[in-house]
Amino acid sequence: MKFVDEFRDGAAARRYARAIAAVTTRPWTMMEVCGGQTHAILRFGLDAFLPRGVTLIHGPGCPVCVTPLELIDKALVLAARPGVAFCSFGDMLRVPGSAGDLQAVKAAGGDVRIVYSPLDAVRIAGEHPDREVVFFAVGFETTAPAVAAAVMQAAAGGLRNFSLLVAHVLVPPAMEAILSSPRSRVQGFLAAGHVCTVMGYAAYEPIARAYRVPIVVTGFEPLDLLQGILMCIRQLEGGRAEVENQYARSVRREGNLSAQRLMTEVFEVIPRAWRGIGEIPKSGLALRPPYAHFDAEQRFGLTVPGAPEPAECISGLILQGVHAPPECGVFGTRCTPDHPLGAPMVSSEGACAAYYRFRGPHLEEGRA
Amino acid sequence: MCLAIPGRILTIIDDGPLTRRGRVDFAGIIREVNLAFVPEAAVGAYVIVHVGVALSVVDEDEAQRVFAYLQEIDETGELEAGA
Repeated sequence: MKFVDEFRDGAAARRYARAIAAVTTRPWTMMEVCGGQTHAILRFGLDAFLPRGVTLIHGPGCPVCVTPLELIDKALVLAARPGVAFCSFGDMLRVPGSAGDLQAVKAAGGDVRIVYSPLDAVRIAGEHPDREVVFFAVGFETTAPAVAAAVMQAAAGGLRNFSLLVAHVLVPPAMEAILSSPRSRVQGFLAAGHVCTVMGYAAYEPIARAYRVPIVVTGFEPLDLLQGILMCIRQLEGGRAEVENQYARSVRREGNLSAQRLMTEVFEVIPRAWRGIGEIPKSGLALRPPYAHFDAEQRFGLTVPGAPEPAECISGLILQGVHAPPECGVFGTRCTPDHPLGAPMVSSEGACAAYYRFRGPHLEEGRA
Repeated sequence: MCLAIPGRILTIIDDGPLTRRGRVDFAGIIREVNLAFVPEAAVGAYVIVHVGVALSVVDEDEAQRVFAYLQEIDETGELEAGA
């Protein structure tokens, strides 16, 4: 596949590894923000290309993982409701709520449908006027424009049986929350290339300045990640803290303005709770008042009782990069992809799932 | 969840502002993709597609930078310095 295969070239990767070794004089710890980057790092074994002391820690960039328990529980209530067709990305189906998951609701006869795109949910609503079609809108800035487009299409089509359970979150406030924590080990960031494709990277410039951290907008293929790491280490070694763009084939400084316009039309910024982390100001999206009739929580008057997180799961610390998955006492034993205690073991972008899949269940703490 | 993949636009099916759509080739797999956010994308262009929606047009010159950067490092001798 063009623009994929050439970025997996082994010889070029080894040249990048040599360049990284050549410029590195001290230990450095960087966080890759996006779960897709985490999976690529483990899948291709990129951490093995790095000199001793250069450490990648894994960030909160897994929307499935940070969706709060309360919203999962609301999804379970809605999905079990007669007359509702509950549409979701496949990743959400096995995320544990306080009692079961969407897969279990489906097995018990609930109308739970996996969709590839929010636009598919709009189509289903048009085809089934007798059903209340609810889309579980989970994702970062990358996904929000597609959801905004779905809302606009539903509005234009006059659909009265379409609504959203909105769990959208924003990346820069989470990066600031991580940097503000006294436990933060992050000296530099590889920012999420597809989030920046939509939003651009001007928002990162004040963060780089305020916290004195280099931020390199980085892609998802092995050469992208190795170049991003090299660019970040060059800044760290040179005492610079700037925003640079490794992923310029997709990312422009201003981002995609038409996508941003539609997002701003449909959504407003609100505080949002992140699972395992807590509430972060200005870190979520909600439907603006003109589109509030598409809000499933309002339409169905949803309330669920608060429920505690499983005590054994340290996903909050994993998502903030404080611990790596192998440092968890139940990793690979009481918590596996078949019996997950927390969302990072379920999602195709979760850090725990990445370690389990590519490194196996029985890990000594390694260079992570 | 932020997975997005590049594909080449084969045809534009609909050119409405909200409904702009095309058929896009992902290494032999053809899918219909919403092109509303890339009004500049023409047939033959590569677009980065996420959940059925194109988010950007691939800049083919910029795509070469990952290799040009290595070349620059080679020329400055940085590779040999500490290797």
